[in-house]
Amino acid sequence: MIPEFGHYALILALCIALIQGVLPLIGAHQGRREWLILARPAAQTVFLLLATAFVILAWSFYINDFSVLYVAEHSNSQMPVMYRLGAVWGGHEGSLLLWVFLLSTWTILVAQLSKALDEFMVARVIGVLGLVMSGLLLFVLTTSNPFMRLLPAAQDGRSLNPLLQDPGLVFHPPMLYMGYVGFSVAFAFAIASLLSGRLDAAWARWSRPWTTAAWVFLTLGIALGSWWAYYELGWGGWWFWDPVENASFIPWLVGTALLHSLAVTEKRGGFKSWTVLLAITAFSLSLLGTFLVRSGVLTSVHAFATDPRRGVFILIFLVLVVGSSLILYAWRAPKSSLGGKFSLSSRETFILLGNVFLVVSAGSVLLGTLYPLLIDALHLGKISVGPPYFNSVFVPLMAPLLVLMGIGPWTNWKSSDLLGVIKRLWLAGSVAVLAGISIPLMMGEFTWLAGLGFLLAFWVIASGCLQIIRQAKAGKPTRSFIGMQFAHLGIAVFVIGVTMVGAYQEEKDVRMSAGDTVSVGGYQIQFEGVNVVPGPNYQAMRGTFLLNKNGNTQTIMHPEKRNYFSSTMPMTEAAIDAGLTRDIYVSLGEELPDKSWAVRVYYKPFVDWIWGGCLLMALGGVLAIFDKRYRIKLKRQVA
Amino acid sequence: MKSRYKRALIIIAALAVIGVAALLILNALNSNIALYVTPSEVSAGKAPKDQAFRIGGMVKDESVRRDGLTVYFVITDLVKDVPVAYTGILPDLFKEGKGAVIQGRMNTNGEFIASEVLAKHDENYMPPEAKHALEQAQKNGSNK
Repeated sequence: MIPEFGHYALILALCIALIQGVLPLIGAHQGRREWLILARPAAQTVFLLLATAFVILAWSFYINDFSVLYVAEHSNSQMPVMYRLGAVWGGHEGSLLLWVFLLSTWTILVAQLSKALDEFMVARVIGVLGLVMSGLLLFVLTTSNPFMRLLPAAQDGRSLNPLLQDPGLVFHPPMLYMGYVGFSVAFAFAIASLLSGRLDAAWARWSRPWTTAAWVFLTLGIALGSWWAYYELGWGGWWFWDPVENASFIPWLVGTALLHSLAVTEKRGGFKSWTVLLAITAFSLSLLGTFLVRSGVLTSVHAFATDPRRGVFILIFLVLVVGSSLILYAWRAPKSSLGGKFSLSSRETFILLGNVFLVVSAGSVLLGTLYPLLIDALHLGKISVGPPYFNSVFVPLMAPLLVLMGIGPWTNWKSSDLLGVIKRLWLAGSVAVLAGISIPLMMGEFTWLAGLGFLLAFWVIASGCLQIIRQAKAGKPTRSFIGMQFAHLGIAVFVIGVTMVGAYQEEKDVRMSAGDTVSVGGYQIQFEGVNVVPGPNYQAMRGTFLLNKNGNTQTIMHPEKRNYFSSTMPMTEAAIDAGLTRDIYVSLGEELPDKSWAVRVYYKPFVDWIWGGCLLMALGGVLAIFDKRYRIKLKRQVA
Repeated sequence: MKSRYKRALIIIAALAVIGVAALLILNALNSNIALYVTPSEVSAGKAPKDQAFRIGGMVKDESVRRDGLTVYFVITDLVKDVPVAYTGILPDLFKEGKGAVIQGRMNTNGEFIASEVLAKHDENYMPPEAKHALEQAQKNGSNK
């Protein structure tokens, strides 16, 4: 009976979401107060209903109700409770339920935290979110109902894909979706402002913290996914340019552009149409990402068996959303495209240029991702576009962006003395050149790519340090300023990590018998042997390796090869000895006929800086959200 | 400077970025695309000669043979076979009788030297390219 309540809650939620999407918008248009005040209670009701549905699905997993098809397909009574709960979003139906649940979470946050905003605006924003919600709920109910029954009930579940039985599953999807879905708020604000014709600085000030919040979640979500892939897939890579990774990265690039463009709109009232267009694009790309992941049209590590009806539905929904918002945009977008006047050497110009680079690189990633689909659709053959494409296009586009990042914060709004800025930056420039030459030499091998990487990273760091010194002399810095410094420093740290791993990692695939030693990055790794160890729902072949340096054993590493009882698929669990300046990564391949083992041994210098940099960026975003000016505004308007 | 010129300059700068990006993209696409080829097409001599490409198909039963870290196996669309050699560690889901996608080049002996064996992460999942190869071969077979 309980799962039927969940299903019922979803149907009710769709009905209320339609009310939330239609009445407040009409009310705002015709000035009917009694309709527009429905927005908040409707959003609250939808949230409660979806929370109920979500808890019911989680409960079905918790009590192992295998009469629910989705539970039977993704869980198993032997699975630990944590993964049974994570399995709620371990498959298609559940992850969509998570999607709509998070959308209603964002909606309710907007509803609760926008008390100071004028009623019409709130009604429109909540209304637009309600329309998006209705579309997705319709999708869930018609093609992906998680409460579908399986009668008679299965004896036991099919279990979750062993690859997903990892703490990564518990955190990565909710974080990522929170970011994806969060751009819907920026989108709703943009559409609402187009509808009202009030595209002003106040609008930008309101949507800015929301956009930053979504961006923070997306940053963390992508970083977590990358880290998970690194330790779980057994390949030791941190980014594969897999279509589904790209699907999350493209909205991130556009979202980053949006953040900066919003700053211009807030501070100077400029770039209005551009900002609105970016907001629409960021959300459309999030939807496109959902389509790519959920339709199974792309070959990817995330691809699972799928139902073609789903792809068609999302595609139609996507066309509707993009089409209608672009028509609205063409009709209502303000005519003066660049807004307030500014000279060529001004912060506006630098932000605009940075935006161009971000959007163009997003476009190039999108093109590489969709190209195989396009060629296949035109019956020109089946092809794949590999990582070399992305590297050779993406890196040259990012390098100038980093140069701009070192200069932009020094310029003033409206007009700036560029020559003076350059004079002040000679020190940063020299530090960068010195780092670009000396660090690769210290590492023992100079390559141009490594030199460029260190040059750019230290350029950004040195420029940031000089900015902090200047700011400290001028007075107490704002949280926004500190946030920006953290975020830009995060980029530099990330670049250092990527450059180090790219240029100086060592990867060895070797055959080892007990007693053999292999050396990487100045360490000797000694293989002791493999024994069988039982786990809760699997049996593992567990290797023992001694990590030695200069004859001393530093630590003992235990990579595993697991065989899950409910699956014929073996699982590789790598052993990683992580450190600030290097990771040692050991994973077991397979047992060879002569009882020796194929072993993969990696030395990854500074690899953790990649995710550390992302963490710094996210931290910067959080600081910016809590800048005082948003709160003062709030208090003043409340009073 | 007049704002008209300014706008023109900004637009030119933006177009320059886009133009350079387009050049990079075209260049990169040219050299980094791998064509999917079915085993039947390979044995008909339709595979690219001096370029890496991908084969989708099934790993033939009882064809896997190991020599140290090098693995020899046969990839098939159930009509034609292609012998493959790969040095390195295979992904967990590589198995006889299952679908696989491999990337590499043909050597002069008609053997496919794989540089990459693609990992799939769901045992119930069949790579669409492998499925495509099998369907293609079946269709041609029933036509004859």
